[in-house]
Amino acid sequence: MSQLAYVAPSSPEEAATALAATGARPLSGGTDLLVQLRAGRVKPDVIVDLKRVAGAIGIREEAGGYVIGGATSGAVLGEHVGLVRAWPGVVEGANLIGSTQVQGRASLAGNLCNASPAADGVPALIAARATCVIVGPNGRREAPVEAIATGPGQTSLSPGEFILEFRLPPRPARASDAYLRLIPRTEMDIAVAGVGVNLVLDAQGRVAQAHVALGAVAPTALLVAEAGAALVGGRLDEASLAAMEAAARAACRPISDKRGTANYRTRIAGVLARRAALIAFARAGGQL
Amino acid sequence: MSETLEKPAAAAVLNVVGTRPIRPDGADKVTGRATYGADFNMPGQLVGKILRSPHAHARIVSIDAGKARGLPGVKAVVTAADFPDLASEMHEGGEQASNLRDLSLNVMARGKALYDGHAVAAVAAVSTEVADAALALIKVTYEVLPHVTEVEDAMASGAPLLHAHLFTEGLPAKPASASNIARRHYNERGDIAQAFAAADVVVEQRYTTQAVHQGYIEPHACVAAWAEDGRCEVWSSSQGQFMVRTYCAKVLGREISDIRVTPAEIGGGFGGKTTVYLEPVALALSRASGHPVKMVMSRDEVFRATGPTSGSVMHVKLGATADGTITAAKVELKFQAGAFPGSPVGAACMTALACYDLANFTITGWDVVTNTPKVAAYRAPGAPIVAFAVESAVDELAVKLGMDPIAIREKNAVHNGTKAAYGPTFQNIGYVETLAAIRDSDHYKAPLGRNQGRGLAVGFWFNIGGESTAAVHIGEDGSAVVVTGNPDIGGSRASMAMMAAETLGLPVERVRPMIADTASIGYSMLTGGSRTTFATGMAVVQAAEQVVAELRKRAAKLWETTVEQVEWKGGQARCLDPAKPDKKPLTLEALAAQSGRMGGPISAQVSLNAQGAGPGFGVHLCDVEVDPDTGRVDVVRYTAAQDVGKAIHPAYVEGQVQGGVAQGVGWALNEAYIFDRDGKMENAGFLDYRMPVASDLPMLDTILVEVPNPRHPFGAKGVGEVPIVPPLAAVANAVRAAIGVRMPDLPLSPPVVLAAMDRRQG
Ligand SMILES: Cc1cc2nc3c(=O)[nH]c(=O)nc-3n(C[C@H](O)[C@H](O)[C@H](O)COP(=O)(O)OP(=O)(O)OC[C@H]3O[C@@H](n4cnc5c(N)ncnc54)[C@H](O)[C@@H]3O)c2cc1C
Repeated sequence: MSQLAYVAPSSPEEAATALAATGARPLSGGTDLLVQLRAGRVKPDVIVDLKRVAGAIGIREEAGGYVIGGATSGAVLGEHVGLVRAWPGVVEGANLIGSTQVQGRASLAGNLCNASPAADGVPALIAARATCVIVGPNGRREAPVEAIATGPGQTSLSPGEFILEFRLPPRPARASDAYLRLIPRTEMDIAVAGVGVNLVLDAQGRVAQAHVALGAVAPTALLVAEAGAALVGGRLDEASLAAMEAAARAACRPISDKRGTANYRTRIAGVLARRAALIAFARAGGQL
Repeated sequence: MSETLEKPAAAAVLNVVGTRPIRPDGADKVTGRATYGADFNMPGQLVGKILRSPHAHARIVSIDAGKARGLPGVKAVVTAADFPDLASEMHEGGEQASNLRDLSLNVMARGKALYDGHAVAAVAAVSTEVADAALALIKVTYEVLPHVTEVEDAMASGAPLLHAHLFTEGLPAKPASASNIARRHYNERGDIAQAFAAADVVVEQRYTTQAVHQGYIEPHACVAAWAEDGRCEVWSSSQGQFMVRTYCAKVLGREISDIRVTPAEIGGGFGGKTTVYLEPVALALSRASGHPVKMVMSRDEVFRATGPTSGSVMHVKLGATADGTITAAKVELKFQAGAFPGSPVGAACMTALACYDLANFTITGWDVVTNTPKVAAYRAPGAPIVAFAVESAVDELAVKLGMDPIAIREKNAVHNGTKAAYGPTFQNIGYVETLAAIRDSDHYKAPLGRNQGRGLAVGFWFNIGGESTAAVHIGEDGSAVVVTGNPDIGGSRASMAMMAAETLGLPVERVRPMIADTASIGYSMLTGGSRTTFATGMAVVQAAEQVVAELRKRAAKLWETTVEQVEWKGGQARCLDPAKPDKKPLTLEALAAQSGRMGGPISAQVSLNAQGAGPGFGVHLCDVEVDPDTGRVDVVRYTAAQDVGKAIHPAYVEGQVQGGVAQGVGWALNEAYIFDRDGKMENAGFLDYRMPVASDLPMLDTILVEVPNPRHPFGAKGVGEVPIVPPLAAVANAVRAAIGVRMPDLPLSPPVVLAAMDRRQG
């Protein structure tokens, strides 16, 4: 019978070395990995637990922006007052994962690297223009979040590489974000569609920058530039919202499966984009 | 909110019955000490695992287990060849009869696999890893056959035939050829043609529901040991240890007395644990290996190979006069039975119109086999399905007539003395009282918000009595143990202890309820049909009464008076003899302490066949809010009223009502078996088989209406099944009210509701 080894390195470099071995697999919260292991869907030889790696857990401010350790649990994110104030959408995406128990473990790096098209933590991170700090056998590199997942269960990480942390850009005044998903139930379910919207307003309360990212409507989460552009310059009047909704729908390339038909997913993506934009706008304007 | 509306009835003062003590099984459950099916282990036990068909319908050409047997650590492999080939024989097990041949073929496929997940072989090995590796080494050669999963497709001529020798029963003449239609049920009264012709309003609609699973949290699990001399021991989680004993004996060709079954704590059954899947296989593996064998299903196996209840296609046509009198009803039901005959369509036919006093109706039911798992009982089997159709139709009639949904039901309600559509004449029913309870509720009068709608539906279930045994033993210190043969799936241990305590005059804390193995208590039918508090409760009370009679006899002896001069009150014997005014009352403790000198242990056992179970009626009111852009439905308020006869432990009765509603809401909104083109189940897990989670539901309010059943010592009626009957229709009627479109196809998932709103907009 096969053997399974477990290591818990304390430095990023040791972790990269351990991960370079064949059959090595990084572990953060384990809420995906352990489930897949038990179901026999993955058969790693070595599990490299990243939770003791320096910097992998925790939230700090650096150069005016927040840095989030890749293995930080949803519960910790939700309790960070400053992060919640600056990035309520990023946090609500992470906090929608699973249930109270799952929140004690589930991380954003795990959510991203599991590479489910429906990952709830990812669209808001993309809309936030977050980047990942990747550590590997050849050192460190930084990449935008949307560059990581390349398809269901597939990432662009090379053997030995893992995500050490996420970097969120500095937050100007009058800026906020929101994430919404649709599930048939209220929790413990997988998104039919999910949308993150990130807005920065100017002094007059008009949208200066807008980013819209969609989940569960394509093989990977999508950053839809046209949808963001449709909102810029206005105050979310009906015409710009309708244009944004249309752009969001036009970008959708979903599959039909037991969780929803392609048509339904596309339509819902538009509905959620509009609603998330209105929430982000109200938050940025200080109304929420 | 919860309330109890009591009818002024028996004036007897009750000290225990009707109160809310802590459940006797509670501490073990919340501390994790309770021993469920998978918690039991034997020294030297092996792990048993089942190889399941990956095909919905296939001929088993050959099974080559040579390599598996050769794998180190593998101790046995069994297939159908290791079980006797039984003849067709019906067995009455309690709520539903089953054919023993079909039961055995479902336990292990013989010649043909009839659904994705059907057991074709099993192994026993020293570890899970070895057992899994052995399964992969068994080579089964299949000839894949065309399959059919949908009920109407299975009825069509030219459909793939599951059983070459299945000829429809219940037709005027035996049909010329075999088909997938196992039976036709038919019942009629009056002349519907004339009544429809004379009706002012007619509604007619086709309805569909999907197969749904009972969804108990505990997967099936057992340990079985076959001794060298042929004695068999089974430890398992089921709704009836005697049922397990009988079925194991039949499937393996053993004597009943050879087999002893010990019930484990049970983590939910809802009807789904009224049959066997693993136990005979574990015994066969134990016989072949010489070791005890433990088997535990995965959730995937539970979904693919146990339960569910039927999917259905139904047609309902109702006619009424302008004043709301329903004058004609035509009901046709087509139910998926799964791989073997025996869908609950018969019970559905009987319950279909049970709430209505009708002069003219026809009810036709079709029991149809399909390449899906054989259905098992699920709470009020068949009744929720047909109530969905009939209650939607009555709602439609009320809409067309501009009538209040309670008024139309009151106008057509059955009363005491009404001859029910299914035959008997109702007595001591509390239906109109239950309708009135909802009409008088705050909920019924509360205003609705935007995008909200309110739906009402009613439901009926027979409830049964049947064979039960109970024993009451008094300890030397005057405490009591109550022993029954009925697994506790709904709080029955609490009610057994309470009824015994009430009768003995003891505080309930001094009465310990126990559920014994098949060698330690007399036969009892399984826990099902909402029978335990009624029937087993009756045996408990009679046993306690025998104990009281013995105690009075002993007190009379001590006091040198007659038994008639001794009364039992408040747990004490009191001397009524005017000639002996100095005799102080004798407590149970005092009498128990001297039992050795007074004729020995104080103990009584009663076996009976309880008759006269009172049928139950429920009236449910549901408010939903529908998201106009996504079609997502939220249940925002729910009130369920039910005639319970007498709530022995009101909190657990409320729990039964709330549990039934929660399951019914899941059935209405999101639960469904999904099969792919090859007939494989696509959603065999709780992620995509969407049962409600706690946060999906509002507080489920209950109103307990108490119209006593005079046949039970305290007036109890069965309560566990009625509450799942109305919710499907209550939710669907609420959605109709919210969006203005009748919703005839369950589940009402967001895309379905959005599509209906689109149709309304044109
Ligand atoms: C009951 C339940 C409910 C759930 N509900 C949701 C939900 O609502 N929404 C949702 O999106 N998900 C849900 N999930 C899935 C899962 O919880 C999330 O994807 C979670 O964010 C995964 O994080 P983790 O830390 O547990 O990842 P892990 O399981 O530790 O890892 C996931 C994958 O990422 C890899 N990995 C982990 N850390 C790193 C790293 N730092 N660098 C590179 N690769 C890494 C692992 O090797 C593995 O392949 C649910 C899971 C469960 C069990």
